[in-house]
Amino acid sequence: MSKITTPNGFTLDNSGRRVAVDPVTRIEGHLRIEVNVDGGNVIRNAVSAGTMWRGLENILQGRDPRDAWAFVQRICGVCTGVHALASVRSVEDALSLPIPDNANLIRNIMHLTLFVHDHLVHFYHLHALDWVDVVSALSASPKATSELAQSISRWPSSSPGYFADVQAKIKRMVSSGQLGPFRNGYWGHPAYKLPAEANLMAVAHYIEALNFQREIVKIQAVFGGKNPHPMWLVGGSPSPINVHGAGGVGAINVERLALVADVAQRTHDFVSQVYIPDLLAIASYYKDWFKLGDGLASKNLMSYGEFPSKANDQSNASLRLPRGVILGGDLSRIHEVDLKDPSQIQEFVPHSWYKYGDEKAGLHPWDGRTDLDFRLGPKTKQSGDKIEALDEEAKYSYVKAPRWKGHAMEVGPLARLVIAYANGDRRIKELVDGALKKLDLPLPALFSTLGRTAARGLETQWAAEQLIGEIGQLVANIKAGNSATANTDKWEPKTWPDTARGAGYCEAPRGALGHWIDIRQGRIANYQCVVPTTWNASPRDGAGAIGAYEASLLGVPMANPSKPLEILRVIHSFDPCLACATHVVGEDGEELTRVQIL
Amino acid sequence: MKRPTTFDVLQERGISRRDFLGFCALAATWMGLGPQGGAAIAHALETKPRIPVLWLHGLECTCCSESFLRSSHPQASDIVTSLVSLDYDDTIMAAAGDQAEAIVEEIIRDYRGSYILAVEGNIPLANDGMACIVGGRPFKHQFDDAARHAKAIIAWGTCASSGCVQAAKPNPTQATPVHKLIKNVPVINVPGCPPIAEVMTGVIAYILTYDRLPELDNQLRPKMFYSQRVHDKCYRRAHFDAGQFVERWDDEGARQGWCLYKMGCRGPTTYNACASMGWNDGVSFPIKSGHGCIGCSEEGFWDRGPFYERLPDMQQWGIESNADKVALAGAAALGAAIAVQSAATVVKRVVTGKAYDKDSDDSPTS
Repeated sequence: MSKITTPNGFTLDNSGRRVAVDPVTRIEGHLRIEVNVDGGNVIRNAVSAGTMWRGLENILQGRDPRDAWAFVQRICGVCTGVHALASVRSVEDALSLPIPDNANLIRNIMHLTLFVHDHLVHFYHLHALDWVDVVSALSASPKATSELAQSISRWPSSSPGYFADVQAKIKRMVSSGQLGPFRNGYWGHPAYKLPAEANLMAVAHYIEALNFQREIVKIQAVFGGKNPHPMWLVGGSPSPINVHGAGGVGAINVERLALVADVAQRTHDFVSQVYIPDLLAIASYYKDWFKLGDGLASKNLMSYGEFPSKANDQSNASLRLPRGVILGGDLSRIHEVDLKDPSQIQEFVPHSWYKYGDEKAGLHPWDGRTDLDFRLGPKTKQSGDKIEALDEEAKYSYVKAPRWKGHAMEVGPLARLVIAYANGDRRIKELVDGALKKLDLPLPALFSTLGRTAARGLETQWAAEQLIGEIGQLVANIKAGNSATANTDKWEPKTWPDTARGAGYCEAPRGALGHWIDIRQGRIANYQCVVPTTWNASPRDGAGAIGAYEASLLGVPMANPSKPLEILRVIHSFDPCLACATHVVGEDGEELTRVQIL
Repeated sequence: MKRPTTFDVLQERGISRRDFLGFCALAATWMGLGPQGGAAIAHALETKPRIPVLWLHGLECTCCSESFLRSSHPQASDIVTSLVSLDYDDTIMAAAGDQAEAIVEEIIRDYRGSYILAVEGNIPLANDGMACIVGGRPFKHQFDDAARHAKAIIAWGTCASSGCVQAAKPNPTQATPVHKLIKNVPVINVPGCPPIAEVMTGVIAYILTYDRLPELDNQLRPKMFYSQRVHDKCYRRAHFDAGQFVERWDDEGARQGWCLYKMGCRGPTTYNACASMGWNDGVSFPIKSGHGCIGCSEEGFWDRGPFYERLPDMQQWGIESNADKVALAGAAALGAAIAVQSAATVVKRVVTGKAYDKDSDDSPTS
């Protein structure tokens, strides 16, 4: 390859200088990105490689389907709970087991809590340092920083003394030469554009958000016992409700609900008074990044839909964020998505370290195979034990290439918001139009690096509002005399059919997540997951179509290819989760292929 | 540039020099160091830089990092910005790629034998270690380099301590816990999936405060956090003793907060601090939220399912029939309940097949 055009319309040219970023940090799991830049240091080719693999689906063979949530929850501890939720839904779907209203509400509350927590931590702790120069904060005037903060928000921690204290703390780290997590950062890089005062404000909120985020997850601890990795239950929620009677201290009671409501309100305040003002302030200095990093965003977006307002109803009439696909950038039409249709969602492996009987075939997850086949291509460049450059013409990633009706898709907050926007959701329209107006940007600006980042923030605001609403609904239900939390009609495996197949949907913070289960004689016969980062980090498919990460990097200029700040900006805007993307393995436990390093 | 020392940090937190010297003298007395000891400690704290920590990630899910960040006392932000120097942790570090990997080399070069290595996740050995590639190399190589010159290694979570989910049968990647690959460097196992936040930061705070590694049991776990079973400290224990059990999800017993033993609770065989310390600033722990313990800090717990069957290994000790009898007889059957307790205490040994730790204070006769 030197210069080619992919079937999904991108031009790739790998003739220029090759740059590898490995590890991509401030993500979950292990990801490697390689790019080729042209003479002007503009990215002309991109290669996204998942570099870890755990084989969890193989481990699930033969186990009790009611235990599956606990295993798959351990796919990811950052977006903790999403796999558990998809898993219990897949088992309930297989068994046609409805859950009580309260269980649906409690799951929504748990899941909304995760959305807010995960997005907030992503913005401040995984993404902010791409835009915020920590060292520049040292030259800020605390007084001017205070004025800036008070001009954009009424958040109370905003005095000159407050910012002076934060500055002293950072100064101590920097002057010691022991910078801890800020060591070897890209401080002073020409792509940093914020004034010193905005940098100091953002660093202060980095620390504040670090201390606040642990409060948010207390909601999950109330209903699930702990976070990360709370407890779930097939058929409902494990936490019983008892607000009136004896023994209520051992259940969801008035004190627990007050705790949950208090945390939800404080969370909402933090999001609307710190996160959103910071997001808009930072974005206003980087408007060129509303033009860079589009990739698949302006073309193909997909969401499975989430937050059923009615228990057991997965139709768009019930889902608060709708299910659907936007194809070719046509916002006037939302295509239907069916997880059970074998011709819709399929996975391909010609460039993934797995093998199929027919390498060109796409397999629906119910028929999924993922037998390991780790081989580096003949053009791989190595020195000693180190891979210098992968060979993207061969297999080059532990991530498979999922496709919807043959199309590569982008999933995540931007996809959800655009689909809800196109579907006419009033509150989503208000949030999106309001932010675009403040930034003086047109709607297509969303299809970009900062468009993704902004969509995530706006979705957080939406989720914090919904969280308060769902807690209110739960209290109203209890007040009306409904306190059931679990349906145990089919708890015992002897009540199950001999064979049953189910699909469990979920919108994880990072996008569309599906679990497919095949139950035989009460045990798991096959289990497959297709996760958000599999869609976004997808390698090329057999026809050569590229995935969202690879597409979004094309055309992005780099100031200095050896200091890959721009690559981090683009990739972080997706919030990668590689432990999710690369856990898959085949159902038959075949002996694993030996590694061949050519 | 002068590096701030522990004293500098304390000073900026409002501790006067007089108080500082007083603390050092007292510490010297506790340690039996004699009259000059206080000055020696003061000198060390005034001049020693913050201890560098390399936090590596192997095959894992990052739940340990996430739990660590939830710590309320000490606050994770204080640990990261003031108490240690967390120079490498790919979950939060600013640098990436070559700039990130250079840090591992720099710390090994500049702090040989005096940095702490923290490992989250485990090391896959199958396929020449290529199931986890970091910086273009097998994770095993990065791990070996960093481990060789560490002062001590903290193995975070059940992954690093004993294997966890990817090491469940058939362990497709041959995922291997830290201590099986290490000789000559002390290893502290901090199991749990994840471990409790304050247990994680507590281990670090202990090392910094007392300038020594915590006392460990025969599975290399800090005794202060892992020497008692969840069952021993469970606030629902009285219901177990009284024979009051949840029989079905959301039944009257569940709503009354009765014992979850019959729903599969692993509290009787799990050594962890959940029932004492609680999770998320003490808000709850699994049993308090109505679900049994799944034993996530125990070696091999994934292969001891199904999680909702009551402890199968207890049957041979007559536990199940005793529990039923207890349930029938109610609280009057106090003698049977005591028999249940002492039998339950030995279950752990049966399940793991481990030799008895004479130094442990959880003897079966206690």
